[in-house]
Amino acid sequence: MKYDTIIIGGGLSGLMAGVKLARSGSKVAIISSGQSALHFYSGSFGLLGHAGGKELLHPLEAIGSLPAGHPYSKIGAESIPALADDAKRIFADAGLTFIGDASKNHFRLTPLGLCEPSWLTMDDYATCENPSETGWRKATIINFKGFLDFLPGFLADGLKKHDLPCNYAEITLPAIERLRRNSSEMRAAAIAKVLKGPVLEMLAAEINRAAGDSDVVFMPAVVGIDSEQPVRELRSMVIPKLLCVPVLPMSVCGMRSQIRLRRYFEQLGGTYFLGDNVTRGYMEGPVLKEIETANLSGMSLQADNFILATGSFFSQGLAAEPDRIYEPVLGADVEAPADRSLWCGKSIFDNQPYMQFGVVTDRDFHVMFNGVPAGNVYAVGAILGGSNPIREGSGGGVAILSALQVARNIIAAGRADMSEAQA
Amino acid sequence: MEYQIKNISPNNLEQCIKCTICTVYCPVLAVNPDYPGPKQAGPDGERYRLKNPEFYDAALKYCLNCKRCEVACPSNVKIGDIIQTARIRYDKRPVSLRDRMLASTDFMGKMATSMSFIVNTALRMPLTKSVMDLTLGIDHHRSFPAYSSETFESWMRRKAPDQSRFPRRLSYFHGCFVNYNNPALGRDFVKLMNAIGYGVSLLEKERCCGVAKIANKMVDEARRDARLNIGSIRKAVSQGRPVIATSSTCVFTIRDEYPHLLDVDNADVRDSIQLATAFINRLVDEGRVKLVFRKDYRRRITYHTPCHMQKLGWSIHSVSLLRSIPGITLVPLESSCCGIAGTYGFKKENYAYSQAIGRELFDRIIEAGVDLVATDCETCKMQIEMSTGVKVENPVTILAEALDVEATMKANGVI
Ligand SMILES: Cc1cc2nc3c(=O)[nH]c(=O)nc-3n(C[C@H](O)[C@H](O)[C@H](O)COP(=O)(O)OP(=O)(O)OC[C@H]3O[C@@H](n4cnc5c(N)ncnc54)[C@H](O)[C@@H]3O)c2cc1C
Ligand code: SF4
Ligand code: SF4
Repeated sequence: MKYDTIIIGGGLSGLMAGVKLARSGSKVAIISSGQSALHFYSGSFGLLGHAGGKELLHPLEAIGSLPAGHPYSKIGAESIPALADDAKRIFADAGLTFIGDASKNHFRLTPLGLCEPSWLTMDDYATCENPSETGWRKATIINFKGFLDFLPGFLADGLKKHDLPCNYAEITLPAIERLRRNSSEMRAAAIAKVLKGPVLEMLAAEINRAAGDSDVVFMPAVVGIDSEQPVRELRSMVIPKLLCVPVLPMSVCGMRSQIRLRRYFEQLGGTYFLGDNVTRGYMEGPVLKEIETANLSGMSLQADNFILATGSFFSQGLAAEPDRIYEPVLGADVEAPADRSLWCGKSIFDNQPYMQFGVVTDRDFHVMFNGVPAGNVYAVGAILGGSNPIREGSGGGVAILSALQVARNIIAAGRADMSEAQA
Repeated sequence: MEYQIKNISPNNLEQCIKCTICTVYCPVLAVNPDYPGPKQAGPDGERYRLKNPEFYDAALKYCLNCKRCEVACPSNVKIGDIIQTARIRYDKRPVSLRDRMLASTDFMGKMATSMSFIVNTALRMPLTKSVMDLTLGIDHHRSFPAYSSETFESWMRRKAPDQSRFPRRLSYFHGCFVNYNNPALGRDFVKLMNAIGYGVSLLEKERCCGVAKIANKMVDEARRDARLNIGSIRKAVSQGRPVIATSSTCVFTIRDEYPHLLDVDNADVRDSIQLATAFINRLVDEGRVKLVFRKDYRRRITYHTPCHMQKLGWSIHSVSLLRSIPGITLVPLESSCCGIAGTYGFKKENYAYSQAIGRELFDRIIEAGVDLVATDCETCKMQIEMSTGVKVENPVTILAEALDVEATMKANGVI
């Protein structure tokens, strides 16, 4: 099978690159061995929340002072606003509504009631422009009886620091009670699966009753697994402003993002192979000719370009053994010290150097093999080295923007080839 | 490091990072709160069971063995295999008469085809259905597939056109359903393969692939059949014939469940056991075969991905072939479980769950407004036809029907 581009890894970065390429009419395949880090998504993508130990309000201004190896430095601060706008358009076309803008961070409400700087937050969630002026006067926090992945006490404590009076109500419905029969599996996704149709109406009535004279209601983000529609419906029936707060995984909004982006990619004519593992690639000099997968063994999978979007350690895009860190699919160069004692910080809250490890690329994200950039293999997303998603609050931004940048370059190169051929 | 490598079990139990992704893709957990779910029933429970088999939980019987959890797991944990192995190893309850009957597809098939008229009539009668419901626990909503009066094997032996005149040869693993219930699919397969220059032979001996026996814990019987099948397959392969099946479940069972669940080694022949659409699509893709279709064939269809097809990762082959038929409008359909899982949905205690699992799929199929659903699995066919009223066919039947046989034979140098 021959494609214009084959993308290895179907998480946020693989899907964004895939959608962008498919929109331009390319024939694209995504191969993904399992589900992605989006399932752990907080509801917000960070662009750059912190740098040099400071919280940032204007991320673009700080990008210029990042080290040269940082993915944003490779993209270039001047290119980021256009790519960021493009990302928002793609999300909207996939049926995902986000608020936020690259020029200025807004703040998302964390489950601990803190306000964290953020770039794009799904419309479901509680956000504010300025933590000292939230505009909320009186809040009701609700939770479902028996749901342990949301801790209203922590949220209320955090909100008190904003001088927001809160009361708390526990709600239950017959459909939710039924889930409690399996207490260990009464989690966000399970609840989301039953919150639809008439159950939503019952829920709205319960919320209205509990809310009293509150002007805002915070509830766990457990609505709308494959579309925003149930959230809209619920909001239209609830009298106060209804805002969601992240809960422990599975992230319902993360699954929604994954499902919607994949669906959109397939609508655009893309092919998505789920549950297949790319096992190796065949290079001819600096050019990757074809790849092999576990399921399609014996079938040659060829493409003009390949994008490596296999994520970090969590998704097995990077692998660690006691004496080395490596990229298991193609054997790309990885930047990580040989000395194991330099991999981790001493305490879990220290800076963790391993977060910054990743494959080495040139400025255009061509993957390096033994110090030589491949002609047609790019890396995007969490597999890239040089950024620290947790410290910087940059995970989503790196994934989305590197993917769009590479896709844009591939499209531009294709156009250049075509006009050359015509000339 | 060596210590670490030695301690990785074949089902990757140790790779589980407790992320819980598998739990949100389990079709059973979504409808049945009494099922512990893939993580709990699989890697988590296994750690306890390894310490003490007493921890075995009888609710593991609710697992469909659909492997959707495995497809979702980012750490390649063989969750479904862990659960099925646990059932085989630890569930010591005897197999009931009903389960034995449901699982013995080839024995039942042999009995039924010899008196197909009586059996078909009887199985359709409300009285028989309620008796089976009450005495055996086979749900009365279910209709047994009609038994054919002539098995596919006997048609092949007596009536099939001469297969020796074709330049290439293959062996067909037809499976019980084709043999006893739907020999037409087998005939379509022969027609299609002949048109592209392949002569079709039967295996020296073929038994049921064993999927139903595995699901009903008749492991010794399943292993015996598996050994016999692999013996026949080896012989065919050694004579240069790949072994092709039209049922995704048969292929999946022979390729993957034999070594994983039955300890029947197939490594030497595994690559030669293929699904029909995967085999043909590969030939088409490599330009070695050309299919020419009739101009007057027009259908609006959709493709349903059976769970085992999802696990094999091969729906691309069926979909690509169907797409290549000019007269077909292919409506996309999201992959989800139909709920039948072979004999599972026939059992009275599972019927309601089975239908609840499939509900979404049925609604989407009805909404799609298609003439026909294509799918590579025979039990999905029964379930979807019963629950939606829409006709379901194997892609091979659709290809055979749409094929311009003469033009295809010419294009492939067969005539
Ligand atoms: C637990 C967790 C929570 C996070 N939360 C947030 C958040 O809330 N906000 C934020 O901005 N960022 C967050 N991040 C950062 C996150 O890394 C990025 O936002 C982004 O999701 C990364 O996307 P990706 O596509 O690069 O990688 P991934 O999402 O990891 O996707 C990689 C994909 O590649 C597949 N794959 C791997 N190897 C192979 C192979 N050999 N063959 C085929 N497929 C393969 C994997 O199965 C996986 O589906 C989080 C990260 C983690 C780990
Ligand atoms: S998805 Fe895989 S790694 Fe995650 S909990 Fe399930 S089995 Fe474990
Ligand atoms: S095999 Fe299917 S039914 Fe069994 S645990 Fe996995 S997803 Fe659930």
